[in-house]
Amino acid sequence: MIANYGCEDGSGIYYIRIDTGKCGDCQLRGCVGGCPQELFVIEEDDWGDEMAVVREDRRRTLQAVCAACKPQDRPPDPLPCQSACDRQAIEHTW
Amino acid sequence: MADRNIEKVEYWRWEESRWQNPEITDWRGSLVTAGVDIGSTSTQAAIMADGKLYAYASIRTGSNSPSSAVDAMNWALAGTDLTPEDLRYTVGTGYGRVNVPFADSTVTEITCHAKGANYIYGPTVRTLLDMGGQDCKAIHCDENGAVTSFMMNDKCAAGTGRGMEVIANLLAVHVEDIGEMSFRIDAEPPPVSSICVIFAKTEATNLMRSGWSKEKVLAAYCHAMALRVARLLERNEMRLDFAITGGIAKNSGVVKRIERLIGAEALRTDYDAQIAGALGAALMGKALYEKKGGKPR
Repeated sequence: MIANYGCEDGSGIYYIRIDTGKCGDCQLRGCVGGCPQELFVIEEDDWGDEMAVVREDRRRTLQAVCAACKPQDRPPDPLPCQSACDRQAIEHTW
Repeated sequence: MADRNIEKVEYWRWEESRWQNPEITDWRGSLVTAGVDIGSTSTQAAIMADGKLYAYASIRTGSNSPSSAVDAMNWALAGTDLTPEDLRYTVGTGYGRVNVPFADSTVTEITCHAKGANYIYGPTVRTLLDMGGQDCKAIHCDENGAVTSFMMNDKCAAGTGRGMEVIANLLAVHVEDIGEMSFRIDAEPPPVSSICVIFAKTEATNLMRSGWSKEKVLAAYCHAMALRVARLLERNEMRLDFAITGGIAKNSGVVKRIERLIGAEALRTDYDAQIAGALGAALMGKALYEKKGGKPR
């Protein structure tokens, strides 16, 4: 499943996309410690499988939260969360 | 000064409803499961017997979510000879899912709406648009109603049922009449703000002052709402067949404009599309009960 966490507002479209098909059998959970903003947590999905999700209280403010990792002049590629995910399951839409 | 006895009409109030399947005369021997969907503005309870819809009720969510869940379930049970003890497994869903006091478990509304749409519209549904009271979700699912992707936007009430209720009150038009009224126009007007319901409300007020008819303002608002959700659909890719659930599915003014924007017709149903979440929850209840090795009574 492709899970898009985030929102759209007047300034743009801000979603973090997690491919749960890649994420589901990961044991390392690199995203949890790899994001400097501590955006990712592990939760059980509706079928009892553990998945990484974006914290619910941050989903409407991703633009601001992720700004620290995305300086406009030279954003790192890949981003820290993407580097930490060895399954390459994380994408940003902006 | 003489008292002015002015009756305050709540134009946003939509009609609560209950339905019972006349084809099911005896549920005994069946696995009876239930789902309760507590949304921000409405609460539904659905009861299924062996995976077939038996009864449902749809009411407004009050200030107390647990009592809304109880009220909806009691109304769904009324008229059947079921008692709460006959419900083998109950699933809570919706934003208030943790507030269903008699639920055996909770499931997200994304999963439940996909399951419910699969039941209501059939296995050909691939893209589902759930237009709820305070958010909007674009969901993809497979032929079994399993979610393959989702995207939601809940940052603003524009594009939601609550936004429509605000406009209904502003223009003094009953919310159930908006869809039909919005087509009584000569030409489609440009949309009002699709980003913020407060801006949309201000724009609507100014348009009325400038001489626009209520019908034209409603058309502009329905157009804006359709634009907003069409963008959400496009971002999450559009796959046919396409269906809409949630209260806004009953508003032809929005539905037909969405269809025009995306170039595809939404599937139609005789079911109340607002019960998809509760219905899906009841189906999930059956699946979870059976997964746990339960046997029907």
